[in-house]
Amino acid sequence: MTTVAWTRRRFAVSAFWRSFRADREGLIGLISLLVIAVIALAAPLLASATELSPTKATGPVLAAPSLEYPFGTDDSGRSVLLLVIWGSRVSLLVGLAATLISMVIGTVVGVAAGHFGGAGGFLTRFAGGTLNRLTEWFLVIPYLPLAIALMVVAIRYNLPLVLAVIIVIGITSWPSTARLVRAQTLAIEGRPYIERAKVLGAGHWHQMTRHVLPNVMPLVLANTTLTVSIAILAETTLSFLGLGSGDSISWGTIISSARNHVAMSNGQWWWFLFPGIAVVVVVRAFNMCGRALERILDPRLKERS
Amino acid sequence: MALLEIRDLSIAYRVAGGSLPAVRGVSLTVEAGEVVGVAGESGCGKSTVAGAVLRLLPTGTSVIGSVLLNGQDVLTMPWGKLRAVRWSDASIVFQGAMSGLNPVRRIGDQIAEPMLVHATVATRRALDSRVSELLEQVGVPAWRARSYPHELSGGQRQRVMIAMALACSPQLIIADEPTTALDVMVQAQVLALLKSLVAERGVGMLLISHDLSVLSNVCDRVAVMYAGRVVEEGPAAQLFGDARHPYAQALAAAFPVIGDPTSRRAPRGLPGDPPDPTDLPSGCPFHPRCPARVDVCTVDDVRLRTVSPVRSAACVHVPAASEVAS
Amino acid sequence: MSETTGGGAARRRPRATGLGYVLRKVLGSVLTLLFVAVFNFFLFQILPGDPAKAFAPKGRNSDPEALAALRRQYGSGLSLWEKFTRYVDRMVHLDFGVSYTQHAEVTKVIGERLWPTVLLSGTALLLAAGIGVWIGARSGWRHGSRFDRSSSSIAVTAYSMPEWWLGLILIFAFASPGGLDIFPLTGMRDSRSTLPEWLDVAWHMVLPVASLAVVYIAEYSLIMRSSILDERYSEYLTVARAKGLRDDVVLRRHALPNALLPSVTLFLMSVGFIVSGAITVETIFSWPGLGLLTSEALRGPDVPLLQGVFIVFSAGVILMNLVADLVYPLLDPRVRRS
Repeated sequence: MTTVAWTRRRFAVSAFWRSFRADREGLIGLISLLVIAVIALAAPLLASATELSPTKATGPVLAAPSLEYPFGTDDSGRSVLLLVIWGSRVSLLVGLAATLISMVIGTVVGVAAGHFGGAGGFLTRFAGGTLNRLTEWFLVIPYLPLAIALMVVAIRYNLPLVLAVIIVIGITSWPSTARLVRAQTLAIEGRPYIERAKVLGAGHWHQMTRHVLPNVMPLVLANTTLTVSIAILAETTLSFLGLGSGDSISWGTIISSARNHVAMSNGQWWWFLFPGIAVVVVVRAFNMCGRALERILDPRLKERS
Repeated sequence: MALLEIRDLSIAYRVAGGSLPAVRGVSLTVEAGEVVGVAGESGCGKSTVAGAVLRLLPTGTSVIGSVLLNGQDVLTMPWGKLRAVRWSDASIVFQGAMSGLNPVRRIGDQIAEPMLVHATVATRRALDSRVSELLEQVGVPAWRARSYPHELSGGQRQRVMIAMALACSPQLIIADEPTTALDVMVQAQVLALLKSLVAERGVGMLLISHDLSVLSNVCDRVAVMYAGRVVEEGPAAQLFGDARHPYAQALAAAFPVIGDPTSRRAPRGLPGDPPDPTDLPSGCPFHPRCPARVDVCTVDDVRLRTVSPVRSAACVHVPAASEVAS
Repeated sequence: MSETTGGGAARRRPRATGLGYVLRKVLGSVLTLLFVAVFNFFLFQILPGDPAKAFAPKGRNSDPEALAALRRQYGSGLSLWEKFTRYVDRMVHLDFGVSYTQHAEVTKVIGERLWPTVLLSGTALLLAAGIGVWIGARSGWRHGSRFDRSSSSIAVTAYSMPEWWLGLILIFAFASPGGLDIFPLTGMRDSRSTLPEWLDVAWHMVLPVASLAVVYIAEYSLIMRSSILDERYSEYLTVARAKGLRDDVVLRRHALPNALLPSVTLFLMSVGFIVSGAITVETIFSWPGLGLLTSEALRGPDVPLLQGVFIVFSAGVILMNLVADLVYPLLDPRVRRS
């Protein structure tokens, strides 16, 4: 890429960062995420294996929150606070990894469907149209039944569960990204400079990577944050239904244990409340960033001067 | 008593990071049966003045001065009175071709709406016949009342906007860029329509446009605005033939005169851009682009000076016999 | 002055009314359903599930011949192609086979559980649509006001909650000795209750509907708010105000109908969420609907039942999409044939 293009990109990025910094909701979201990331990464330092093991933990069983155990303890005497801290690792890992898969597939399919579906010869339009129809068909299939079915398979065939959850969530969420990206691709391709590029001899690959992709990326970025929140909620739900990360501790599995021990009726509110609050805080932080990004990228929402 | 009298109007929008002064002390008068034009580039404040007449500016906008409609100050009217005055005393024709009409409601309903609000018509049948009458007056077939805006052409939509503005028989019509985005033939038709309305009904009209050909055609008097102020004002013919303010001169010269081959070959443009309202140049705001600039222009701002009993211009080159009292 | 073209506006949209349109959309939906059915087959082929084990538990009836016969009936041992043709054949007759765990025909089982799901989800949806639209419209119209800021903040928080977690909290707060023990814990009806049936069901419905509705309201109000924000600066609204209309009338009569257009599409497309909400909330509250059926079918796994439920859920989504396609032209005259 030429230096001119690089300088332009750098300007765009710093302008973008300035707008983001000015958005209070986005800033709070970003800072929250950084704090959570630090906690998740530091978890091994905060919680030792013995404290997390159901058999070796030493705390009082099902104790209400106190100074020593701020989030109370579970049925094995483990501190719920440490469980929540440890659980952040799985939830964040699954959320981010699944989103990566979903974004990559979704962007590739979306750009291809938009680029090849718009104009060109019969074969290219057919390919694009097929991709589009495939996306629409997959969109129809409700994600949870599909995810459940796939996870049942994974469990029965003894596949590594965390990996399975990541893949399953990834392949159930790519269609909505693909649709969004396709719409944006079509909009971009309608612009005059694409025509010019074609006339100048730019091939498909060049058009898609040099022209369409950079213009699609901001939208993809905004969509990514929202996809992460959906992915984390999905992982929590699957774990709650017993189809998730199996033996790993995640927020969903904590709440699942709580429910299996009928904590709601036994008054052990701390057991399911705090993990859930953790989910809400993280998902909300991602949502806040996503909303800030949407505001920056959508000029119609800005105040008119 | 003038139909519309704007006195020393100053308007500042509230924006992120402070205020944006859009209008800085404008005074205008419109008499019944008179067409007054307001010319200028985008951003000079002319549409803002139009919006102020019926208090349609966004909440939080600071509006100072007075706008007297039939002697009553619109800016200080209580809400109820204002809503009663809106449309029935003065109505607005926007650049309606695109988005002035609600896309999901029928034309007839939209024309009839102000009549229902102001209870000017009693029965359903009378309402329908009045709508048909209005449509025919502007040259749109009456059966179009059942149509939706997207089913009409741009010219037809603009005429529907005019029909709508006439619904409550107002005394003043404010036309904000009524012919922009229309092609030339349709433009001519719409202007002819506006002229006939003024002649037949004796309404007063405030016509706002950046297109001088439009204004020279229709207006009795024209005020040229720049950077939120009126920089020249006078009868249309005199202003276009013999402008005194350099900006007005440039505007008048910027489009070729039919019949004068030399002007066609070398239309004179004006270099530069209109100033940023939050960062106006010192002295006269026009001085960076002014071909007749002298040293004092960068230091002292100039207010309107009388050129003749019916003309004034805000330029240092106009002999300062007396400044126009504002 | 006559206009030569009656059609007018420059952009041409494909015609969206008339029998042709309806047929095209219905055909499209049927094709999608077929795709889902085929996908369904292949998906569940990889799902393990030995019917013999489910039907012949704990050693009783472990006559090898009987087991073999059972297995044959369920198609194990057939080639993939044979299984597929059998599947298609049955599908055409709306025969989904017999459920392993319920010991009854899948169609019958699903039929029994359909209404409770429709009742629960439908009520939550309608409630959420009504309240969500109101909050979102008011919020967007008064952008930046205290109402807007607080309702948006609450909505984003609610939207970040798993609806089943909210259900657990509600159970703790309102259906357990730890809190106010006023609502029933599980199920749809209490046979011992003296209340008339509809009231009893309604009483059981309060908590599950609340769990679903809160999250839906949050989502819908944010969608509506965003649509209103897009419309807010449209010129026709200034014209409406200039006509002397009161502010709330401008919102109701002009802004809202236009803002509802993109919202309606988005609402109807969020049906996928509703399915997942139904599954989790019914599981928590033991509400006897399709969602609970799905969780129950996971034990086994009960492949015929899962297949049936899968198709029914997908068909529901396809149906909602079809409704959206057919309803939208009724709301937006711009896509109708002129």
